[in-house]
Amino acid sequence: MDLLLNILLGVTVAATPLVFAAIGELVTEKSGVLNLGVEGMMIMGAIAAFAGTVGTGSYVAGILIGALAGAAMGGLFGVLTLTLMSNQVACGLALTLFGLGLSALIGQSYSGISLPQFPRVDIPLLTDIPFLGPLIFGQDALVYLSLALVAGVAWFLARTRPGLILRAVGENHEAAHGIGYPVIRIRYLAVMFGGACAGLGGAYLSLVQTPLWVEKMSAGRGWIALALVVFASWRPLRVLGGAYLFGGITIMQLHSQALGLQVDAQILSMMPYLATILVLVVISRDRVKMKLNAPSCLGKVFYATS
Amino acid sequence: MSESPILKLENVTKTFPGVIANENVSFTVGRGEIHALLGENGAGKSTLVKMIYGIQKPDSGEMTLMGEPFSPSKPSEARAKGVGMVFQHFCLFEALTVYENISLGLSAAEAKNGDLRKRIVEVSTAYGLKVAPSQLVGTLSVGERQRIEIVRCLLSEPKLLIMDEPTSVLTPQEVSVLFQTLRRLAAEGCSILYISHKLDEIRALCSKATVLRGGKLVGSCDPRQETAKSLAEMMIGATLNKPVRELPEPGEIRLKVQDLSLDSEEQFGVDLENVSMVVRAGEILGVAGVAGNGQTELMEALIGERPCRFARQIQLDGADIGLAGPRERRAAGMCFAPEERLGHAAVPGMALWENTLLSAGKTNDLARGGLISPGNANRFASQVVADLKVKTASVKSAARSLSGGNLQKFIMGREIMQAPKVLVASQPTWGVDAGAAAAIHKILLDLAGAGAAVVIISQDLDELFTISTRISVIAGGYLFPSQPTEELTVEKLGVAMGGRAKEVEATRAADAAAAEPAHV
Repeated sequence: MDLLLNILLGVTVAATPLVFAAIGELVTEKSGVLNLGVEGMMIMGAIAAFAGTVGTGSYVAGILIGALAGAAMGGLFGVLTLTLMSNQVACGLALTLFGLGLSALIGQSYSGISLPQFPRVDIPLLTDIPFLGPLIFGQDALVYLSLALVAGVAWFLARTRPGLILRAVGENHEAAHGIGYPVIRIRYLAVMFGGACAGLGGAYLSLVQTPLWVEKMSAGRGWIALALVVFASWRPLRVLGGAYLFGGITIMQLHSQALGLQVDAQILSMMPYLATILVLVVISRDRVKMKLNAPSCLGKVFYATS
Repeated sequence: MSESPILKLENVTKTFPGVIANENVSFTVGRGEIHALLGENGAGKSTLVKMIYGIQKPDSGEMTLMGEPFSPSKPSEARAKGVGMVFQHFCLFEALTVYENISLGLSAAEAKNGDLRKRIVEVSTAYGLKVAPSQLVGTLSVGERQRIEIVRCLLSEPKLLIMDEPTSVLTPQEVSVLFQTLRRLAAEGCSILYISHKLDEIRALCSKATVLRGGKLVGSCDPRQETAKSLAEMMIGATLNKPVRELPEPGEIRLKVQDLSLDSEEQFGVDLENVSMVVRAGEILGVAGVAGNGQTELMEALIGERPCRFARQIQLDGADIGLAGPRERRAAGMCFAPEERLGHAAVPGMALWENTLLSAGKTNDLARGGLISPGNANRFASQVVADLKVKTASVKSAARSLSGGNLQKFIMGREIMQAPKVLVASQPTWGVDAGAAAAIHKILLDLAGAGAAVVIISQDLDELFTISTRISVIAGGYLFPSQPTEELTVEKLGVAMGGRAKEVEATRAADAAAAEPAHV
C-alpha cells in the first residue's frame, strides 16, 4: 500500500512539469506557431525560479520569476519568427541550445545549493484520510495549479471568443487577417503564454522535484512535452492524460527493481522516448485524422500581404 | 436612381512599387444600385475595392460614404460604417463550424447581440440562403460557403455590399439563386458593387457599369444598353479573336481510365468513385465541375503522384501504366500541367531554363548521364519563350518573377514541346487574361490536331465549350459519361455539376425520347 502510494505520488511529481510545458505548447501551436524551443524555455524557467527563490527567499516570487523567464524566451522566439519571419523550426532548435547554454552560465554559482522540501498542502482531516488523503488533498500547490491550467485552457479554447479567434488564426491566418484580426499580436501572446507555462514546468523541476539546480536538468522533458501535444492531437484533456501516462513510465523505471523486474536501467530510461516515437508513428499513420486536428497553419510563416 | 449617392470616389490613386494599381479613379454608386466594376485581370478592380473595404489605403484622392468623408484604416471600421464584402477567396476556416465562422466575421458586440444562432437561421431563411449553423465549413460546397459569407455580411445590415467575382466558382443554377438574392437586396435599398469580367452576367444583373483598364477609368455605361462585344472592347481596348475548333476525326484510343477509385488524402477532400474515361487521338476531353469535387484527386491519379490499385486502371496506347510513377508516365509519352503553377508545375525560385529540366529533362535531352546540359536546356527554354511569346527578361529569370499568365504559357509550352501523346492540364487559363487564354487555347487545339489526346480539367465552362470535343462533368468524385460538346448546353452541365445525377439521367432520357421519332 505504501509502495503504491509512493508510486502514485511519484507519478504526479514526474507528470506535472510535462503538463505545464505541454499545455503551453498546445496554446502556442493552436495559434499556428511551432516552437521547438520548449526545452530551452523550460531550463531557463528552472534556473530563474531557483535563483529567484534563493535570492528572495520566497517560493511565490521564485515561481513568478521562472514563468517570466520562460515568457521572455517565448517573446524572443516571437521576435525572431513573427517579426523577423525566420524559420520556426530552426529558431526553435536555436532557442533550446541557447537556453541550455545560458542557464548553465547563470547557474554556475547556484550548483551545490539546496532548497528545503517544497511544502505540500495540508488540510486537517481531509489530508489525513488514509491513501486517498495524501493523493487528493496532500499534493503541492503547483500540481493543483497545473490541473486548473489545463481546465482553464480547455474552457478558453472551446468556449470563449478570444479562444475561437486564437484557433481561427492557427487554422487560416490569411482569412483571419482578411477579417481584420491582428494575427501577429495574437501569436505573440500565445507564444509568450507557452513560454510562461514552460517556465513554470522548469520551476517545478528545480523547486519541487529535486530541489536543486543541476545543469541540463530538464533532461529532454521539453521534447517529450512537444511530442505530447501531437500525441494528444491538440486536445487539452488528452495532454493531461498523456503527461500522466509518460510520468508513469518514468516512475516505473525507478521502481522496477523494487517490483522485481530484471531489466537494465538503460533500457528503462529509454522507455519514455521509445513510447513517444511509437505513439507518433501510430497516430501519424492516419493522415486524414492528423490533419483534422492539427492547426492548418502550424509552422507557416505569415506575411501580411495587404 | 436616387437623390444622394451611397459611395463616391474622387481621383483615387494607389501605387505599389513599380506598378500603378489605380490612377485618378472617380465614380459614384447610387442607393439600391447594382453597380458593376468591370476589367481584365490586373486592371485594378481588386485594389480599388480593398481600399473601400479598408484593407489598403489610397495614396491620394477622396472617398465619401453617405455624404461623409470615408477613409477606413481597417476592415472592421468599414464594416462599422455599413460596408460589407464577400471575397473571391473566402475568408473561412474549414475546421470551424458555420456558426463559429460567422461569429468571427462580426465584431464582438454584434456577435453577442441576441442569440446569434437564431439570427443566422432567420436571415438565411429570409433571403433563401440555407445554412446549418453547426456544420463544419470544410464539409460544405463552394456555393454553400459563399452563402455563409453573404449571411455574415447581411447580419451587420450593410448599406453597401461588395462582391468580388462571386460567380467564378458557382454552378449556373447557383448563380441564378445568387442573382435573385442580390436583386432583392437592391430592392430593399442596399447598394451592391459587383466585380466581374463575365459580361453576360453583368448585362443581366447590373444597371450601371464602371470599366477599368490598366488601373485607369476608361468609361461608364448602362450595361443593359450595351452588347457583350462592346463591353469586351471597352475592357480590353482591342478586338479579340476566339480560336476556332476544327479537329480531325478522332483516331485510336490513347488514354483509357477504367473504374478508378481513390481515397482522398486531404482532410476535406473528395474520394474518386469508379472514374472511367476514354480519350482518342485528336480529341480534347473537358472535365467540368465546381472546385473541390475530385479534380485534385483525379489530377493526382492521372499524373501518377498516387498510384492506382491495379496497373490496368490507366492505359496509355493499350499499355497498363496504373502503377507507374510520374517519371515513368512522362517517359511513356504523357505530359501534365497541374493547376498550381508555383510549387507544383514550376519551382518558384528556379530560373526558367532550370524549370525545363523538371519535366523535359529526359524527353528533350537536357541532361545526360546524370549531368545537366545547360546549353540544351537554355536552347529549349528560349524556344518555348519565343514560340509562345512569353514575356520575360530572359530564360534566367526566376519562375516566380513572371506574371501568372506568362508563367502558365511557359509551362504549357514546356509540356507541349515535348510532343506528348497525352496531355493532361488542370485549369490551363485560370487567372490568365483573355489574350493569353486565347493563345493557350490555340496551342491546345494545335496539339490535338497533331494527334495527341488532351484532357482539360476546368471550372470555366466557356473555355470547355470553346475547345473541347467532348465534356464530362465531375461531381462528388463521380465522373459522368462524356457527351459531344454540340449536344450540351450550359444548363445541362450545370445540373450535373450540382451533383444531381438523377436529374441528369431524366433529362437524358427525355432527350432520347424526343429524338426517337425523328429516326423512325
